[in-house]
Amino acid sequence: MRKVAIVGAGLTKFVRRALETPKELSFEATKTALDSCGLSLDDIDCVAHGSAPDAFDGIHQKGEYLADGCGGWNKPTMRVYVGGATGVHAVVHGWHHVASGMFDICLVVCEEKMSNAMPHAQGFFLTIFDAITERALHPNLLWIFALEMNRYMERYGYTKEDMALAAVNNKRNGLLHPSSQFKDEITVEDVLNSETMAYPVSRLDVSPVSDGAAAVVLAAEPVARRLTDKPVWIEGVGWTLDTAYWATRDLYYPRYLDKAARMAYEMAGIREPDKQINIAEPYDPFDYKALHHMEGLQLSPRGKTVELLRDGHFARDGNLPMCPSGGLLGVGNPIAAAGVMKICELFWQLRGEAGERQVPGDPRLGVAQAWGDLMQVSSVVVTGI
Amino acid sequence: MSEKIQVSGGTALSEEDIRSGNIFVTEDSLDCAYAWDMGVAIKRYLAELKEGRIIATECRKCKRIMLPPRLFCELCFIPCNSWRYVKDTGTINTFSICHVHWDASRIKEGEDPHLPAVIEIDGASDGMGIMHILGEVEPEKIKIGMKVKAVWKPKAKRTGSITDIKYFKPL
Repeated sequence: MRKVAIVGAGLTKFVRRALETPKELSFEATKTALDSCGLSLDDIDCVAHGSAPDAFDGIHQKGEYLADGCGGWNKPTMRVYVGGATGVHAVVHGWHHVASGMFDICLVVCEEKMSNAMPHAQGFFLTIFDAITERALHPNLLWIFALEMNRYMERYGYTKEDMALAAVNNKRNGLLHPSSQFKDEITVEDVLNSETMAYPVSRLDVSPVSDGAAAVVLAAEPVARRLTDKPVWIEGVGWTLDTAYWATRDLYYPRYLDKAARMAYEMAGIREPDKQINIAEPYDPFDYKALHHMEGLQLSPRGKTVELLRDGHFARDGNLPMCPSGGLLGVGNPIAAAGVMKICELFWQLRGEAGERQVPGDPRLGVAQAWGDLMQVSSVVVTGI
Repeated sequence: MSEKIQVSGGTALSEEDIRSGNIFVTEDSLDCAYAWDMGVAIKRYLAELKEGRIIATECRKCKRIMLPPRLFCELCFIPCNSWRYVKDTGTINTFSICHVHWDASRIKEGEDPHLPAVIEIDGASDGMGIMHILGEVEPEKIKIGMKVKAVWKPKAKRTGSITDIKYFKPL
């Protein structure tokens, strides 16, 4: 396997409803990523792109529709789709293209335009439930998160206030992100006082519906060294798919992530992730998920995560900053694009280019993770400089 | 902000832009129809529900008694053809009190919240839960670990569906 580096990155702003079409959003992020490392489309050997459900746009086989905005026409182009995990997985997918020796430079582009779906994108998740044994109960997507959050809290005696601390942390970080769709800081009280949607989930426990796109450029080692003096290496990748009989797993622990993380750490030669990793971008569509995933990523002992959060361990200037980008809660959640946004953050942070958001102490190693499908798939990327 | 961080595009629109016709919008709606075959294992599961019983399959290798029943054990990857009746009682593994409809619209004043739960069924292997809903219980009194029992529809009204169990109520 060849060493693969990230050499360029680009993002659109994340917004509730974008004027641009999915293709136009993709073009903006892609062109920006190419410009950031001085490449043109002619330099690109292949394209790995991603978008979550076709249903948001109502365009079946959306990958083909989207491909020209991602620079993919007349090139080897492949779409990856694993629901919410698509963004990080698209980078794993692009890594394969280059690590294999087949291609030298791969463009990875993810886009989501959730606002097309009316009246609300949530309705389009109905069909992820089992058609016969579950859909007859008229489930809605929030159920699954509320059930998981409740189980997680019960298991360790965490409170809603504990979970809200993660929302406050991530939203505060996100205020400094140029792509963020938020302008205001929130407090724990704001979260607790926000509308109860599906107990224990309140409105501010949840990331927003968003439109946006993100792109990174991957290159094989010799090419990467020619393109930049600060390549950010992909040190490890991992992914796992757990059972779709989701009610038969105990939801308090993300087993799917445990396996994916160990796979990525083994490849990266990391034995003590909680001591060696300097920056974590766990997938945080809900505040509890950030904490749940810190445990699955082996970055926090099970049941001790809230204590560490309260002690400032996961703050930007703490020992292990959690979601310095702001994450999905603080920047926005255009599903597939949000995962790539996390990879972009590692790229900028490890190069020391994150500006006001820069994590102090010269971080060397970061991990990003995303989660999707019916709560059971996870993808992990470890990067280093 | 570092000038090296590149952000371009993502022009924000508001609902008002659409309502007022400031931008062009095309609308469409899809009406998709499907007829799903029940399959081998679920057909039996539903037929038994119609009789007021819950049935599972047992893997002869790992000995798991599995719900919903399945034609093959996905871990041992061998066919599953031993059927086992399990009880219609169980334990709440987790639950929610939901005030939102599937399309994110809110439940109306006076409408009861939905009470989804994962219920670990007695007689199935540890942790074998199914998703269902709770009833005949005040939402604030629901607890994880509570014992519950299925409330069945009258026999004449059962259709061979998971909804032949109206809900689970506390024992």
